[in-house]
Amino acid sequence: MNFYERLMNLDRRWVYLVVGIAVIIPVLNPFRVPVYVTQEVKAIYDCVESLEPGDILFLAIDYDPQAMAEVHPMAKAIMRQCFAKDVKLIISALSQNGPGMAEQLISELSKEFGKKSGIDYCYLGYKPYFSIVILGMGQNFRIPFPTDYYGVPLDSLPMMRGVQNYDDVKVVIDISSGNITDYWIIYGNGRYNVKLAVGVTGVMTANYYPYLASGQIFGLMGGLKGASEYEVLSKQGDRAIKMMSIQTTAHIVIILFIVAGNIGYFMSRKKKIK
Amino acid sequence: MRREVPIVICFLAGFFFISDFFIPEPHWTQIAHRVNQWAIIVIAFAYVLGVGNIVRVNSQVIKRKERDWGYKILLLSGLVLMIILGIGFGIKEGTTFNWIFMNAMYPMQATMFSLLAFYIASAAFRAFRIRTWEAALLGVTAVLVMIGRVPVGEFLWRPFPDFIEWIMNVPQLAAKRAIMIGAALGAISTGLKVLVGLERTYMGGE
Repeated sequence: MNFYERLMNLDRRWVYLVVGIAVIIPVLNPFRVPVYVTQEVKAIYDCVESLEPGDILFLAIDYDPQAMAEVHPMAKAIMRQCFAKDVKLIISALSQNGPGMAEQLISELSKEFGKKSGIDYCYLGYKPYFSIVILGMGQNFRIPFPTDYYGVPLDSLPMMRGVQNYDDVKVVIDISSGNITDYWIIYGNGRYNVKLAVGVTGVMTANYYPYLASGQIFGLMGGLKGASEYEVLSKQGDRAIKMMSIQTTAHIVIILFIVAGNIGYFMSRKKKIK
Repeated sequence: MRREVPIVICFLAGFFFISDFFIPEPHWTQIAHRVNQWAIIVIAFAYVLGVGNIVRVNSQVIKRKERDWGYKILLLSGLVLMIILGIGFGIKEGTTFNWIFMNAMYPMQATMFSLLAFYIASAAFRAFRIRTWEAALLGVTAVLVMIGRVPVGEFLWRPFPDFIEWIMNVPQLAAKRAIMIGAALGAISTGLKVLVGLERTYMGGE
C-alpha cells in the first residue's frame, strides 16, 4: 500500500484525533474571528430593536440540552436585549427537556436585570403535544396554560391582564432544535398570522430558507454562526462569538480531510490506470 | 364492525378538524378548541402508558437476565427516582430533580451531540470522494458552504459570504422547495386515503 492509498484509507481514529486537537487548541488559546452579519439575522435584531417599552415579545424556547451550545446564546441575547429595553416577555418551553434550561436562563437574567415574574415576564412552562398547544394559545394563552410555570393563575399576573392570545404580542421568536418550528410556521403563522422568526441549529438551517423566501418567517438564525451574528448586533453577550473560533478550526480541518481524501483517491486511481 | 367503527370515527374526526380550518364560524372554532383540549389530556395519558410499557419491557429483561440487564436496572432506577423527586418535591430551580437534570442529563445529552462533530468529520472524509460529476458538484458545494459558514470565506475573498447567501437563497432554496412541495402533496394524498378508509394499516393487518 503506497502513501496515497494509505491517505485514502486513513483510520478514522486519526480523523478523531486531529478533530479533537483542532477543537481543543482554540479553547486553550482563545482567539476571535470576524463575524459577517446576514440580512436574515439583522431582520430579527431590527424587529426586536423597534419594540417599545411595554410591548410583548413571545419567546419560545423549544430545544433540549444537546443543542444548547448552538442555540442557547440566541435565546440569551434576545432575552437580554428585551430586558434591557423593558420589553415584556412571554416564554414557553415546549420541548420535553426544555423547561429546566429555560428556567435557569430566566432566573439568571431576571436577577441581572432586576426583572420580576408576572410583571416583566411570564414563564408558561411546558405542556405536552406542541402542535395543539400552539393552536390553543392562538385562541387564549389560558387554554393550555391556566397557570404559569410557578403555579400562579395567569389572570392574577399584572402583565397578563388583557393579554389573550397572539394578537396581543408584537412578535414570536422560536428558538428550536426540532420540528416544533414547523408547527409554529404551520399553526402560528399559517393559522393565526403570527409575525414569526426562528433560530435553529446549523443542520436545520437549510430547511427554513423556503419559509424565509415566502415571507412565512421574517428572520432566520442558523446555528452558532447565527447566534454570533445576533451577539455582534445586539452587543449582548459574546459566548457564540468566542465559540466561532472553534467552529472555524473544525471546518478547516474537515475541509482539509476532504481534500486529502480526494488527493489520495485521484493519485491511487492514476497509478492503477498506468 | 371492528373495521367500520374506527374508519367512521377517523373520518368524522379528520373532517371535523379540516373543516375548522375552512369554516371561520366562532361556535365551530370553539368546539374545535374544546376537542383540542381533550387531545392534550389524551396525550398526557399516553405518557402514562409509555412509562408502563418501559417498566413492563425492561422488567422482563431483568427477570430473564437477558443481554444488558444491568443497564435496565439503572434505567428503571433512574425512572423511579426522577418520578418520586419530581412529584414529591417539585421540579423548580433549587430542587434535587432540577439539580440532577442540570448536572447529569444536560452534560450527558450535550456530550452525545458533541460526538457528532467527530463522526461528521470521519463521514465527510469518506463520503465526499469525487467519483462522478454529481459527486463533484455535491463535494464542491459542500466545501464552499462550509467555508462560507465561517469567517475564512470572507478572509479569502471579500464577496464570498454574499456568494454563499446566493447558494442558500437560490439553488438550495429551489431544490428544497421542490422536495417540500412533493412531500406535502404525498402527505395530503396519504391523509385523504386514511380519512376515506382506503389506507387502513394504522389499524393493523393489511
